[in-house]
Amino acid sequence: MKKAIFPAMALALLYGCASTPTEEAKPGTPTPSAATPAPGAAAASPSAPTTAPIEQTPSDLLSKRSVFYDYDKYDIKDEYRPILQAHAKYLAQNRGKKMLVQGNCDERGSREYNIALGQRRAEGVKRTLLLMGAAGSQIEAVSLGEEKPRCSDHSEACWSQNRRGDMLYGGEY
Amino acid sequence: MNRAALFLAALLVFLAGTARAQLTIEITGGGANQIPIAILPFVGETMLPQSVTEIVEHDLSRSGRFRTLFVGGVSPLPAEPSQVNFADWKSRLADALVIGQTQRLPDGRFEVRFRLLDVPKQTQIGGIVFTLTAAQVRLTAHKIADFIYEKLIGERGVFSTRIAYVVKQGSRFELRVADADGQGAQSILISPEPIMSPAWSPDGTRMAYVSFQNKKPIVFVQSLSASRQPAPVANYRGSNSAPAWSPDGRQLAVVLTKDGGSQIYLMNPDGSNLRRITFSGAIDTEPFFTRDGQFIYFTSDRGGSPQIYRMPAGGGEASRVTFDGDYNVSPRISPDGKTLAYIARNSGRFQLMAMDLDTRQAQPLTDGQNDESPSFAPNSRMILYASDVENRGVLAAVSSDGRVKQRLTIQAADVREPSWGPFLGN
Repeated sequence: MKKAIFPAMALALLYGCASTPTEEAKPGTPTPSAATPAPGAAAASPSAPTTAPIEQTPSDLLSKRSVFYDYDKYDIKDEYRPILQAHAKYLAQNRGKKMLVQGNCDERGSREYNIALGQRRAEGVKRTLLLMGAAGSQIEAVSLGEEKPRCSDHSEACWSQNRRGDMLYGGEY
Repeated sequence: MNRAALFLAALLVFLAGTARAQLTIEITGGGANQIPIAILPFVGETMLPQSVTEIVEHDLSRSGRFRTLFVGGVSPLPAEPSQVNFADWKSRLADALVIGQTQRLPDGRFEVRFRLLDVPKQTQIGGIVFTLTAAQVRLTAHKIADFIYEKLIGERGVFSTRIAYVVKQGSRFELRVADADGQGAQSILISPEPIMSPAWSPDGTRMAYVSFQNKKPIVFVQSLSASRQPAPVANYRGSNSAPAWSPDGRQLAVVLTKDGGSQIYLMNPDGSNLRRITFSGAIDTEPFFTRDGQFIYFTSDRGGSPQIYRMPAGGGEASRVTFDGDYNVSPRISPDGKTLAYIARNSGRFQLMAMDLDTRQAQPLTDGQNDESPSFAPNSRMILYASDVENRGVLAAVSSDGRVKQRLTIQAADVREPSWGPFLGN
């Protein structure tokens, strides 16, 4: 019943570095939250048709890992559906792959309530991926609440980056 | 034990001394009807590593209930009531006087003997003899302050109780336990990942908290004696958080998401005998037991916005408690059962509120911007909470009537997630 994910010390330190504020990240232009390359990129790159526009290649969509939210909201905006579609397809085609979805909140309000709100965001992403073809056993939805902010300023510019759901594949967390 | 526990154990530090950065307390408001009290240095107390009477004086004035009087120029210092010049203290408008003496015992320990005197009546109110080691000076002083407080105010003092809080320094998180005055801090857990929601067991021997050590929230229970490793007690698929002890210490309420959505469960403190007690499709979180063990207050958005509800402690029909505004969270019931402290969002500000549970009247106790995580002192008199000053996390305390205010800060660190421990020997 008790399922633990065992981090190596080095990985924990690496992750700490990767999750420090990235100033170039802007709402609506999500960037990968982990430093490791997307699994899809590695798998698809050698055979990807080079003539296709870059935005439409699966590897490009798979490199996008984040969904951003409005304040106090957890609904997934339409603009993120192609990204989720790509990840769901990748998961459906690679049943051995596991994903951790982490829900995040901005710093305002109760820390514990934000754990619950972040969980709802993460579960929204998970549910959408399941509807799009991924399997429940592949995805764990968890919340980081307001505890792991990507951006640490106390302004809406920062908060909008922190209201976020991240998709991480096995080996990236 | 698994590797995660070993990893935690490797990071677990019980410092023999004290944590480097101490909390410093600044009193930002005073109470009404302060009792004028004179605390004379105890005869011979310079033989102690620390002055007992300085700590007593600091405790009493920090409470906002006393006005400590200047005691310079008294020579020789009285050790017995018969040596006290009551007329002099009456003219200095002292209501109460504290005298005492210290002796070194043959075994290397010390004896501290003190008396609390009623100046107008020229009588002894009480006194205690303590036998102590050099390491017990602070605790002894806090116990003397507790005795004085109880005799003169009529309710138990909390100077000898402890508080827990989380310090964030860079990317390092520490769970610390300190005396109620912020001194004598010790780290009980150091982690590169966040720590939140520390909760004292009712007997003060264990701490439940949430650690992100494994990249997700997991509830641990850790003994405060150095011998045992922290044990994960709720580590289910999804998130595990918001631990709260039942008043008899036999149950832990936690919030799990293993069945979809944040719901409240009860378990034994070792994680066994898990059972779900809320069954809503909404968020149910932040459980908190009433002192009589009859009810659990919690936060839920089942009505469309986060509000505070109450249900029987074993689960059952919940009734809504807060109605004003669209964000009322983090319910805590005072140990005397009279007051609900919680956080409300008012015009974008997060403020500490107190609701009289008889009249259901609520009033803001603070005018902060980002107040959160309230925790009652075991005598129900003060509420410790997290706040911020210039974007840095600080702890603050306010009396339940809003009159006395204190701020506790650590230089160059974020302090958060305070939890006030129980009375000693309870």
